Amino acid sequence: MTTAVLKNVRALPLVCTNCAEQFDATTSAICDSCLAPLEPLYAKDRRLPSREELRERTRSIWRYGEWLPIEGEPSDSNEVGFTPLFEVPRLAESLGVGRAWIKNDSVSAPSLSFKDRVVAVALNAARALGLDTLGCASTGNLANAVAAQAARAGLPSWIFIPEDLEKGKVVGTSICGANLVRVRGHYDHVNRLCAQVADRFGWGVVNVNLRSYYGEGSKTLAFEIADQLNWRLPDAVVAPMAGGSLVTKLHNGFGEFISAGLVYGNLPRIFGAQAARCSPIVNLLETGESHVTPVIPNTIARSIAIGNPADGVKAARVLEGSGGWGAAVSDREIVTGIRLLASTTGVFTETAGGVTVAATQELVRQGRLGPRDEVVLCITGNGFKTIEAVEKGVGDSPIVNPRLDEVEELVASR
Amino acid sequence: MSIKVSLPGVLAKLTDGQNTLDADGSTVAQVVSDLAARYPGLGPRLQNADGEPYEFVTIYLNEEDIRLAGGFEAAVSAGDELTVVPAVAGG
Repeated sequence: MTTAVLKNVRALPLVCTNCAEQFDATTSAICDSCLAPLEPLYAKDRRLPSREELRERTRSIWRYGEWLPIEGEPSDSNEVGFTPLFEVPRLAESLGVGRAWIKNDSVSAPSLSFKDRVVAVALNAARALGLDTLGCASTGNLANAVAAQAARAGLPSWIFIPEDLEKGKVVGTSICGANLVRVRGHYDHVNRLCAQVADRFGWGVVNVNLRSYYGEGSKTLAFEIADQLNWRLPDAVVAPMAGGSLVTKLHNGFGEFISAGLVYGNLPRIFGAQAARCSPIVNLLETGESHVTPVIPNTIARSIAIGNPADGVKAARVLEGSGGWGAAVSDREIVTGIRLLASTTGVFTETAGGVTVAATQELVRQGRLGPRDEVVLCITGNGFKTIEAVEKGVGDSPIVNPRLDEVEELVASR
Repeated sequence: MSIKVSLPGVLAKLTDGQNTLDADGSTVAQVVSDLAARYPGLGPRLQNADGEPYEFVTIYLNEEDIRLAGGFEAAVSAGDELTVVPAVAGG
């Protein structure tokens, strides 16, 4: 199903990452010849903006248009990105690192996770390619982002999720009018089904057949971190890992800004965080194997519970090559991480954010991060979506009668 | 014994336009060899020069990733279904 191609937005051609065959802009993320992933082909001689020019531009991901696979004026989701970055000294002290900042995508517009970035790029690619229906396979945050942005754009969406996701993510998707389908099984089953759905229906399934465009949106996290730190790169960045794409795109993003001469400092060490009960990429790092061994996910960190990470090998290489590493943390540590972040910064993150904080603690314990490091923690999702993970421990607040003496007694007891 | 094999659309040009094929074998490797013999263009898309699966192609035996069931050596029997899909990213 297609509509007229919009004239003012164009998607870049693609190139195979394995055999280098080139393709016109297309609704396929895999090479016809060898099935390997495709990536956008940027013109090497394109003019890049200066820091001063960038500063004059809109405060959204589109500020960095020369590094995104869309040419021309974006037709939709113009306001996505530019979430707050702020220093968090109390958290830095608790963690035992020199300085720490939060890149707070838990307040990303419109759907409260970093997935807004990738969907904004995929949606504009879909427009450029004349597609009129969006879809995705999701662990929740992507479902919210596709549902929200498709609704605003006036496009129907078909969204496939594991059957037992957190209520907040299910309701937050349905409310936008999406066709939400719950699939029996875990995310890897959903993913497989969506590869077939994309083949069968020709929809723009953002993380399947639009994946080459979609993934590039993650680079904007790196661009914004550099921009908001006044073009100075941090020593290290910690981010959660699911399919493994985010850490590779962070690395690419920082590298592209270094190549463009926009930033001071060296390529940050990139650290990846996983839940111990679904940690195929950390396993890969620790065993030194060359292939991912899939695992069956069984963790409260549902949004990153991907047992068969498509970009796992690439992610492990990027972490190690950057001088970073990975860490996996228990479900109990994840909840402690959520609490630590909230109680030292006021930011209430979802389970994936708890993984990031707890993994940072673990990396400090291992001596991989420490007092000399300036670290940015990527907080990629919002805690109000995964209340289930933490509600047990906070439900016992005292109830008093409306009498001052009862409050006096309570205050005295604390 | 007959195993049903589902292929992604981009490979149909190598199999006379068919997305679904029947093949013989008692392991995944034998099924792949059977298909490779009948459709010479398809073989190199399912296995590399060493006869190993590619990291960017996932093969499911019924509902299970073959890497959880022995990889190319996983046993198959009549009525089983193999599904070949390109590896895709997270969500």
